[in-house]
Amino acid sequence: MLAEIVWLPWAILAAVVLLILLWGIGVYNGLIARQAEAQNAWSQIDVQLKRRYDLIPNLVETVKGYASHEKETLERVIQARNAAMNVRGIAERAEAETALTGAMRQLLMLAEAYPELKANENFKALQEELISTENRIGFARQHYNDVVARYNVCLRRFPANIIAGLFRFPEYEFFQVESAEAQQVRQAPKVQF
Amino acid sequence: MGLATFRDLIAENQRKSVWLVVSFCIVTSLALTGLVLGIVSLMVPELLEVWFWPATVMTFVGGLIIAGLVALLGVRRGDRIVLVISRARPVHKVDDPQLYNVVEEVAIAAGIPPPQIYLIEDYAMNAFATGRDPEHAAVAITRGLRERLTREELQGVIAHEIAHIRNYDIRLMMLLAVLIGMVAVLADFLLQSMRFASSKKGLNRRGGKASGGLIAAVVIVVAVLLALVAPLVAQVIQLAVSREREYLADATAVELTRNPHGILGALRKISQDDAVLQVANRGTAHLYFVNPIRNYAARGATIFSSHPPIEERIRRLEALLV
Repeated sequence: MLAEIVWLPWAILAAVVLLILLWGIGVYNGLIARQAEAQNAWSQIDVQLKRRYDLIPNLVETVKGYASHEKETLERVIQARNAAMNVRGIAERAEAETALTGAMRQLLMLAEAYPELKANENFKALQEELISTENRIGFARQHYNDVVARYNVCLRRFPANIIAGLFRFPEYEFFQVESAEAQQVRQAPKVQF
Repeated sequence: MGLATFRDLIAENQRKSVWLVVSFCIVTSLALTGLVLGIVSLMVPELLEVWFWPATVMTFVGGLIIAGLVALLGVRRGDRIVLVISRARPVHKVDDPQLYNVVEEVAIAAGIPPPQIYLIEDYAMNAFATGRDPEHAAVAITRGLRERLTREELQGVIAHEIAHIRNYDIRLMMLLAVLIGMVAVLADFLLQSMRFASSKKGLNRRGGKASGGLIAAVVIVVAVLLALVAPLVAQVIQLAVSREREYLADATAVELTRNPHGILGALRKISQDDAVLQVANRGTAHLYFVNPIRNYAARGATIFSSHPPIEERIRRLEALLV
């Protein structure tokens, strides 16, 4: 009888500790899953950017056949592509991609002046691929931001933030494309003249 | 809204799917038990007097196993069944690069793998999605929809379907289509066999054996009731389940594409169109983008419509524009 009373508080304590441990494991695994989701979303942006790099030589070749004297614009697209491919760091990356987007828009605008180019089947197909690629890049960024927002909320929410702090889960940054694009719009007249 | 809600939706759909499968199993095995006992009591009533409970339990358990297998088949192969019934054929990238691109883009926005794409050769404008989860999903669109929508509008419709996929609406909807189809077939079979049994053998045998005849009568009544009630219940579940879902998928489509104009333009065009989709039936109607079985004047006006009225969907989307 007495022995039972002695071990009872310890049993309760052990049970409580075990419950907290189980909860901690659950929270930890949840955070890991969301972190993986964010990393996966980030690599999806890379996949789509690479898709754009692969399309550009093809596009330039097609345009060259109809508008060979627009060499300057074509050169700029190629240069912007090569620059974007070699850049490191998130901020530099965003800047290089913005420059590439600008150069490509110019190239597509240029096509308006060449009816034969616009009627070319190959060019039409490429145009569809480009539209899609721009959409894919935009959607991949949007998805990354959505996932990061969810992950960051989980990170900050009490009491999960205790576990997050204990294991040093990093907060992720948003991919700020809106501000970069806004800058580009402001700079656009300067680039053209 | 938006942050945690779609996970809640998925959880709710999982719960409803489990509930649907469980009630399907119970209803069908009860009906099967009724059928078997009814037939046995008519043919060999002596057997039931001795072995009533063992026979009942055994047929019920057997019915549960059969129903479970059917439900499993519904989950694993339901998408094929639905696609075959709808006469949809697969589309590859070379056939239609733009359609392919639009589907892949929106899948990226939703963070799911791109679903398989199917085309239905019909000039009515409609679309549906099916499958057991985002990894095993398909979208099907009609020829009429494909040819008459702009790229932007097509993106809106595909986003609506991909919203159904991401929210796991597709699994519940597919199970409803397949299992309700099964219950309807079973109920028809049951009713017909009852009619057959009572006309051929039932009446002249029942008179003599009082207790056996009573059991048989009870069993037959239960079986007939189940056969009548089950599809009706299923129908009501089906309706309750799909109307709110359409508004939600419209809203999610806007969230995914960040553009209300696409789906709005598509709905406006469809509301002007009055072609009827030949391949749709009562079992698959709730899967579609807009109600395929329609009589335009009355569409959506009654409680028994599987879809909310297009005008109301347009109105709710227009509210997002302001």
